[in-house]
Parts: sequence; structure tokens; C-alpha cells
Amino acid sequence: MIPSAFDYAAPETLAEALSLLGSAGDDVKLLAGGQSLIPVMKLRLADPSMVIDLGRIAELSGVRDDGDALLIGAMTPHHQVATDPLVAAHVPLLAKAAATVADPQVRHRGTFGGALVHADPAGDLPAPALAAGATFIIAGPGGERRVAAADFFQGYFSTAVGDGEILTHVRVPKYTGWGAHYEKFTRVAQQWSIVAVAAMVRVEGNSIAEARIGLTNMASTPLRATAVEEALAGSPLTLEAITAASAHAAEGSDPASDLNGDAAYRKHLAAVLTKRALVAAAGL
Amino acid sequence: MARSTTITVEVDDVSYTDDVEPRLLLVQYLRERLGKTGTLIGCDTTNCGACTVHLDGTSVKSCTMFAVQADGRRVTTIEGLARDGKLTPLQRAFHECHALQCGFCTPGMIMQSASLLQENPHPSEQEIREGLEGNLCRCTGYQNIVAAVQAAADGTTTSDSATENGASETAGVA
Ligand SMILES: Cc1cc2nc3c(=O)[nH]c(=O)nc-3n(C[C@H](O)[C@H](O)[C@H](O)COP(=O)(O)OP(=O)(O)OC[C@H]3O[C@@H](n4cnc5c(N)ncnc54)[C@H](O)[C@@H]3O)c2cc1C
Ligand code: FES
Ligand code: FES
Repeated sequence: MIPSAFDYAAPETLAEALSLLGSAGDDVKLLAGGQSLIPVMKLRLADPSMVIDLGRIAELSGVRDDGDALLIGAMTPHHQVATDPLVAAHVPLLAKAAATVADPQVRHRGTFGGALVHADPAGDLPAPALAAGATFIIAGPGGERRVAAADFFQGYFSTAVGDGEILTHVRVPKYTGWGAHYEKFTRVAQQWSIVAVAAMVRVEGNSIAEARIGLTNMASTPLRATAVEEALAGSPLTLEAITAASAHAAEGSDPASDLNGDAAYRKHLAAVLTKRALVAAAGL
Repeated sequence: MARSTTITVEVDDVSYTDDVEPRLLLVQYLRERLGKTGTLIGCDTTNCGACTVHLDGTSVKSCTMFAVQADGRRVTTIEGLARDGKLTPLQRAFHECHALQCGFCTPGMIMQSASLLQENPHPSEQEIREGLEGNLCRCTGYQNIVAAVQAAADGTTTSDSATENGASETAGVA
């Protein structure tokens, strides 16, 4: 399968990329790892007349310590997020989720930012980014703006990144003293999530002080399992308390029905997987 | 009409400079321009792994990359592994463990296994299976492929037992 012809540019700085993007018209696509865009171009579901490759812009890649947070470059490959020592130390939830994406070859090319901007409801990075309270740094012709995770994911494959803009970094607060787990449910290897749950828990003594939970593929955007979080705050650290709270996981969700399961099945999965994720995150 | 672009790529230790259309996939460049037909196209949809090559030493699916993205970089294909007609321990392990039947998946399996052993020189059986999750085999049932990777990691291929360089040579295969 051969994509339609396009013009190609590979700028080496963000400024150059923004100016190319500004002058290229509507029919332009940014290329990150290409692990979603190239398959779609091969099927000719996308046929941009120009492609701007972000792959040579060094300033967009890598993980940096930024005081009370980590700054993760949009072009950082999944494999690096999954194995980076700073991510493992401060936001292990993201490392665990990145390690479940696709397969090793796709993780070597596909990028953290590309997956977040692509915003597939079944994608494995949006729910952890939401649960971790990430801030998205977006560059455009008018400079830089910051968008909270709750406002970033706007709908089915749609985010706050507008035409003429580039996601440059994601700022994720450090979580000290939290346990984390990403529980992904699939039927076969190398599959997208049917449902997955991202959980972080802070335990104090024998009780759960705080929990942050993100749901993958339970609506057109990632969701926080707010009802579970509220039920758990201050509750005893017991299997009974976690099971009772997890029963509320699907409240407010609106999952799709497809060949992998109908909406009712997904709601059932959300409760079961939330319990498993919390048990693992709390180290019970 | 899109302009063609000049790229310079090192493939299996030889530097090539060519004019390519931006839409040319890396796998097409390797097979159709350079004649490196050892790299196969199975699915053309990023699922099967038959097209796996190394880009600067790590595995990628060459059906899901444009040749222009490899400009200035180093590509290793299955054809670049053997040195002076001598197979690497990993290649020998596939032969000795009977890790192939039709052989269609084999170049991709070996390239991904080599990448896996570089990142994790002593994988468990589970880690080998997960490391090969992006590579499909319609023939073997995977059992002997896993055994071959294990043998290469353990340095226990027979033609290798006379020498002492099994595992370390495998790990440095790319
Ligand atoms: C076989 C296969 C299995 C997969 N399985 C999973 C899975 O289980 N879980 C999962 O989460 N994902 C999965 N993926 C998708 C993978 O995570 C992709 O890497 C990701 O969706 C897109 O990232 P990319 O860097 O490849 O982006 P690209 O494909 O290059 O781009 C995707 C889109 O985002 C835009 N874009 C990219 N970067 C930016 C930026 N910095 N600023 C603005 N716009 C940008 C592009 O213009 C494009 O529209 C799978 C992919 C394949 C091929
Ligand atoms: S041909 Fe590239 S993954 Fe199948
Ligand atoms: S040996 Fe035939 S596909 Fe693997």
C-alpha cells in the first residue's frame, strides 16, 4: 500500500517547524513516530499534501527533571518512557502504561506526544496522563500555552491542540510515596485495550489517604473514576473497601459497543479491573 | 507533484545516496532499490513483524517508516548479520533448534530477537514471548523460536560450544 504523494520537510528546530506549519496551509500533517499516521496514509484515509517530520528536533525529545515535576518531550519514544529511570522513580504509572503499548518495534518508534495528540479512546497513555494530572505545553504562532489534562482531551480523536500548533512537552508532577499500576485487558497479544485502568494510591498507615484513577476506553475521552476516588479517600486499606469502592468505577462512563464487547461488558470490566489495579497499586 | 529528496543511508555497513520520493517506504527502498529482499513484507499493516530491521541498533517495522526518515542513519537488515559467511550464534540457534518451517517470518524474528537480546541479554521464557509479540509465525507454534532465543542467550548452540563467545557475541549482533 503506497500513500499519496506529498512534500516533505524535516526541520531541526521548533521555531522552524512552527513557521513551516504556519505557511503550509490546511493540508499539512505533522509526523511524529508515524505509528498511527503512516498506516492511515497507506490506507489513504489521510492524504496530506505536505508532511512536516518532527523527528529531527532534538529539543522535543527526552525526559528532564523540572523541580516538583518531570518534563517529558513530545517526541520521546514509548520505549524510553517505559525504561527511563526518572519516570520509574517519580511517575511509575506512565512507565507501566507505556510498556503495554503495542509491541517492541512500535514502542521504539511511536512517541509519547504522538499517542496523546492522536487521542485514540483505546490508547494507553491518555488515562494515565489524566490520572497523574499532567499539564500539556503547546506551542503555536502566538507563543506557548498550557492546558490541564482535564481540558486537553476533547472528544473522539480530538484534543486542545489546534491547527498551527505543536505539542512540545508534557509536565507531570512527581508522586512521592504513591503506589501505581496500569491494568490492561486484552484478548490477544499486541492488542489495543478493550478496557484498562490506571491507578495511583497513597497509603497512610492502615488506610488509603488518596487515590487517583483513570479509565481507558470507557468513553470517547479518558475519564477519572471520581466516584471510586471519593469512596476510597480515608477508607481502610482492605480488600473489602477496595471492592466496594470499585463497584462504582463505571459511574458516568459511556463506553462503546464493538466486536470486543458491548457497553455493559465494558462497565463490568471497569469494576473488575479497577479493583485489580488498586490492589496492585496499594501492594495488598 | 512532490519533489524527490536525496538521502544518504548506511545499510549493512555500506553507505548509499539516492533520490527518493518522500512516500517511499523504507521496506520498499531496501527491497526494490537496494535489492535487499531478505527483508520481507508480510502484512503491510504494522502487525506481523516480517519487515523488522534495526535503525541505529534498535528494531523497527520498515513497512511503517518512510525512507526519508532514515536519512543520515544506520540500518541493519538480516543480510548484514553474518560476517565473512559465518552466521551469528542467534542465526545458528534458529537453524539448530528448528525454529522455522516455511521461513517467511524468520528474518523479522531474528532481527527482533537480536534487539531483544541487546536490551535484555538473559530473558526469561515469558520475556522472550513478550519481546516477540509484534512478530507473527503461521507455522511453528513459536515453541522452537523461543527455544532458539533461549539457546542463543545461554550460549548453548552446538557449533558454538567449542568456542566461548556465544552469548556476548549474540548480544552484540547489531
Ligand atoms: C500495530 C499497532 C498497535 C498499537 N497498539 C497500541 C496500543 O496497544 N496502545 C496504544 O496506546 N497505542 C497503540 N498503537 C499506537 C501507538 O501508540 C502510536 O505510537 C501512537 O498512537 C501515535 O504516536 P506516533 O508518535 O507514532 O504519532 P504519529 O503517528 O506520527 O502521529 C499521530 C497523530 O498525532 C499528530 N501529532 C503527533 N505528534 C504531534 C505533536 N507533537 N504535536 C501535534 N500533533 C502531533 C500527527 O499529526 C498525527 O495526526 C499501536 C500502533 C500500531 C501500529
Ligand atoms: S510487513 Fe511490516 S509489520 Fe507486517
Ligand atoms: S516459519 Fe512459516 S511463518 Fe514462521
